Amino acid sequence: MLLLAVSMIASLSIGSAGLSFLDVWGILLGQLTGMPEGAEWTAGEIAVVTQVRLSRVLLDILVGACLALAGAGFQGVLRNPLADPYTLGVASGSSVGAAAIILFGLQLALGLWTIPLVAFGTGIVTLLGVIWLSRSRGVMQIETLILSGVIIQSFLGAFVSLMVSMSEGVVNQILFWIMGSLAMKSWEHVYMLVPFVCVAMPVLLAYSQALNLFSLGERHAANLGVRVERTKLVVMIMSTLLTAAAVSVSGVIGFVGLVVPHLIRLIVGPDYRLIIPISAIGGGIFMLWADTLARNVLSPKELPLGVVTALIGAPFFAYLLHRKMKLEGGVGG
Amino acid sequence: MSMLAEKIWAERQGAPVLNGVSYEFRMNRFYGIIGPNGVGKSTLLHILSGVDAPSRGVVSLDGQPISDIAGKTLARRLAVLQQGGLPAVGFSVREVVAMGRFPHQNWLGGEASDPEPIIEEALSVMGLAELQNRKLHQLSGGERQRVALAKLMVQQPDILLLDEPTTYLDIGYQIGLLDTVRAWQQEKGLLVIAVLHDLNLAAMYADELIALHKGSIAAAGTPEEVMDPLIIEDMYGTRTIMIKHPVSGAPQLMLQPGARSGHTDRRV
Repeated sequence: MLLLAVSMIASLSIGSAGLSFLDVWGILLGQLTGMPEGAEWTAGEIAVVTQVRLSRVLLDILVGACLALAGAGFQGVLRNPLADPYTLGVASGSSVGAAAIILFGLQLALGLWTIPLVAFGTGIVTLLGVIWLSRSRGVMQIETLILSGVIIQSFLGAFVSLMVSMSEGVVNQILFWIMGSLAMKSWEHVYMLVPFVCVAMPVLLAYSQALNLFSLGERHAANLGVRVERTKLVVMIMSTLLTAAAVSVSGVIGFVGLVVPHLIRLIVGPDYRLIIPISAIGGGIFMLWADTLARNVLSPKELPLGVVTALIGAPFFAYLLHRKMKLEGGVGG
Repeated sequence: MSMLAEKIWAERQGAPVLNGVSYEFRMNRFYGIIGPNGVGKSTLLHILSGVDAPSRGVVSLDGQPISDIAGKTLARRLAVLQQGGLPAVGFSVREVVAMGRFPHQNWLGGEASDPEPIIEEALSVMGLAELQNRKLHQLSGGERQRVALAKLMVQQPDILLLDEPTTYLDIGYQIGLLDTVRAWQQEKGLLVIAVLHDLNLAAMYADELIALHKGSIAAAGTPEEVMDPLIIEDMYGTRTIMIKHPVSGAPQLMLQPGARSGHTDRRV
């Protein structure tokens, strides 16, 4: 929590507009206390801080929290260390929707929200398709579920590639969306993500002890009174809602949902009652720093966010894993 | 209080396994289920536990079908020791044992009264007090099986289902585990139903044996009634010699090399 606050303060203060630390906080305090008239800052500077930077910082945190929460949920319910928010094809589904919209030039058909809405919708439909494929006699087999996800993912991935190759003129736009970015976003995007986190996080927390029992095996969990099928469905749907919401706002940002829950697990142990809330905070911090780097390293040019998350996440993860293996002589669940 | 299985039918991948098995299990008794490989002993136990549904038939607890009893309510009355034991997870011994309290917790994870004394007692009864902070993946198979049993103890059930609890354990652990179960069963008046591979162990610990063969109950009754060389030969296709245990008097089987019987359809 403390780390999150410090990161927010630091990230808010770093930027390409040439404002100092004191300027930024003077503006913020001025806005909060409602005394803008005595201010020595221009309207433009105030806008940079309140409209651009503050909303982007909050959006970083929310997208990171969504992806890390979804990753923790999927890893818990699929009991597979390679599971991430995109395993079940949600991201590919969203990408197909977004790519189609861009290809046919329909970005403004439903106003500013066209791409997020369509991406969200196609992401959810994809998950339903995967669940439908892997269900037999009311039971979802985990292995079949993962396989169905992989198959749908490659199938839809081919569609995206097809659309990219068909649209010579707007290739960059589709690729740019897929690579993920949090540039050019506004407060509306922040407001859009808040309800998802507010609903999904308590639900996932309520199921966190059930996820602990899942790690002993589905039968063990069932014998202790966990309703296995309902738990799987609820956790998957919540994780998918989080993923689809994050992807529809930011595009496909990799690595966060896979690695942050693992990092947290290496630090706090296998208890999902800790992993879930701390992953949310950790995902927020991780994304905040990644995006702060992305927009400042080659300022004023921005790096693709997915590139940064992988570049700083992978070495850190490798270090923690190596240290843990040296300490305990094995990784273990 | 009793558990009643009525005309249980079950299939495994389309092939019939159980063909209308019926039996009444009473409290304060230790039942041993025996039978050849693949005869559906575990299938029957999964159905009795309420986790798997039979293709036909009903299992009921005091007249109430277990499919109608909600997950946590059932888990407060009935606990299961799974075949193969606990996986090597990263949780500590104490954390895994505490998971047995799950059916007694509300959705926030809280309980009406403090569960710590129950957990402490189970850890000390199973001799796990010194291992309680070790991770499960650092334990041996025998130690993990003791953790599994301690977890069942804190669950505080009336009915205990054990699926081949002694497989992969050395003889010291086998006797230790079954002694603990029997002491617990007699102290609390539990109903214990155990699938046991080892007929001699089954005959020493069970009050009643149920022999499953070809999808139905071939014989049931006291160990003396069921451990009949003719019944055993019919089920397993090998001739055996029956003797009495020199101390307890329980029937014990001696195997004979080369004594495969000619009239059965078993092929190895």
